[in-house]
Amino acid sequence: MIRVVLPPHLRTLAHVDREVTLNVDGEVTQRSILDALETHYPMLRGTIRDHVTFQRRAFVRFFACSEDLSHESPDTPLPDPVAKGTEPFLILGAIAGG
Amino acid sequence: MSGVRVLVGTRKGAFVLTSDAKRERWTVAGPHFGGWEIYHVKGSPAEPDRLYASQTSAWFGQLIQRSNDGGKTWEPVGNKFEYEGVTGTHQWYDGTPHPWEFKRVWHLEPSLSDPDTVYAGVEDAAIFRTTDGGQNWKELPGLRGHDTGKSWQPGAGGMCLHTIIVDPRNPKRIFTAISAAGVFRTDDAGETWRPVNRGLHSEFMPDPTAEVGHCVHRIALHPSRPDVLFMQKHWDVMRSGDAGESWQEVSGNLPTDFGFPIDVHAHEPETIYVVPIHSDSEHYPPEGKLRVYRSRTGGNEWEALTKGLPQKDCYVNVLRDAMAVDSLDSCGVYFGTTGGQVYASANAGDSWQAIVRDLPPVLSVEVQTLK
Repeated sequence: MIRVVLPPHLRTLAHVDREVTLNVDGEVTQRSILDALETHYPMLRGTIRDHVTFQRRAFVRFFACSEDLSHESPDTPLPDPVAKGTEPFLILGAIAGG
Repeated sequence: MSGVRVLVGTRKGAFVLTSDAKRERWTVAGPHFGGWEIYHVKGSPAEPDRLYASQTSAWFGQLIQRSNDGGKTWEPVGNKFEYEGVTGTHQWYDGTPHPWEFKRVWHLEPSLSDPDTVYAGVEDAAIFRTTDGGQNWKELPGLRGHDTGKSWQPGAGGMCLHTIIVDPRNPKRIFTAISAAGVFRTDDAGETWRPVNRGLHSEFMPDPTAEVGHCVHRIALHPSRPDVLFMQKHWDVMRSGDAGESWQEVSGNLPTDFGFPIDVHAHEPETIYVVPIHSDSEHYPPEGKLRVYRSRTGGNEWEALTKGLPQKDCYVNVLRDAMAVDSLDSCGVYFGTTGGQVYASANAGDSWQAIVRDLPPVLSVEVQTLK
């Protein structure tokens, strides 16, 4: 199972706790995780990536295994600990604004 | 028992304020969607417990929330706003072409007869419609695709479509207003649109009387006379007696010619309200006095309404969607400020009280009169 940590506003929106677990088919990438996340929680569509272009929203970041993976290709395989479920895939809202 | 429900959108959530018909004692519920910008909340005239809210965030984008119980509980519905066809460009602040980009929903206008049909005015300026209660939104592309669209420019607040008024006599006629393009009208339910700005004069434009480019802040009408429109423009208060075909200035003795909201008394079609603001540079009331101005003559002759409003050291603003009226026998008038106060008058503006004083900055105020 893949572990995904959501930012607080999206936890509220999806009615979930800090961390959710997902089954991801095939290779574990940003795209496959977000596809699975949006399938399970359709209210999150459009909040992390654009509906049409699937581009990451500018103030959203993806971290895992102490790395900022935000600028990686969405189809790059994620680190093994994420794929094995020992480390979470972190979705964060950038610290900005008031 | 009759009463009122005031729907307040703020920079940090939505609030629902309720009272009986006396409008003296209020219950404040919220925040709903705490921490999110709520640009607008509005109820269906056909089914008053059906509410729609525009929830936005620079981080997480646009959401639309729907309530079926008058705002007690909410559910997210469709939030995909995709422009139809080739998006093209409009003018950027520096005059260069800039691609149309969806940013947020400024205004939600439920149909007068069908609770599942709602219009949405968005930034960058376009109008969308849902006919299934908000699950799916489809653009009415004739507006954005108007021949003049490539010349539209954003105002300081963005290129927003902020006002939608459906003619209560003829639902195929819809008025919209865009900052800074002007007023557009359709007579065929949104297929085709044309600018209706003749008579507007804007000195910041190279041609002050051009067909488009005017920074219209708000328009309003009385349902009994939908051909009579009132407008608060970036500068000047205007009136049209022919559904926007021509406009005349009615600023009269107002202390300033700048402001954002304008609204019409529920029972007196010639009684209108504005909140003059000290120029487009300062954005606060003149002399630190918060005054609503009322005209009982459809403009030109204005009286200041001050009882219960702060008359010194007040430097808040009242935004374009932050004024509304109820339709009780003694018409109630309501407005919210960027200082977080929501003021109410149960006597058509003669006197005011703050329902609540310390909300986040208020973006929008709507009122439902409950039977």
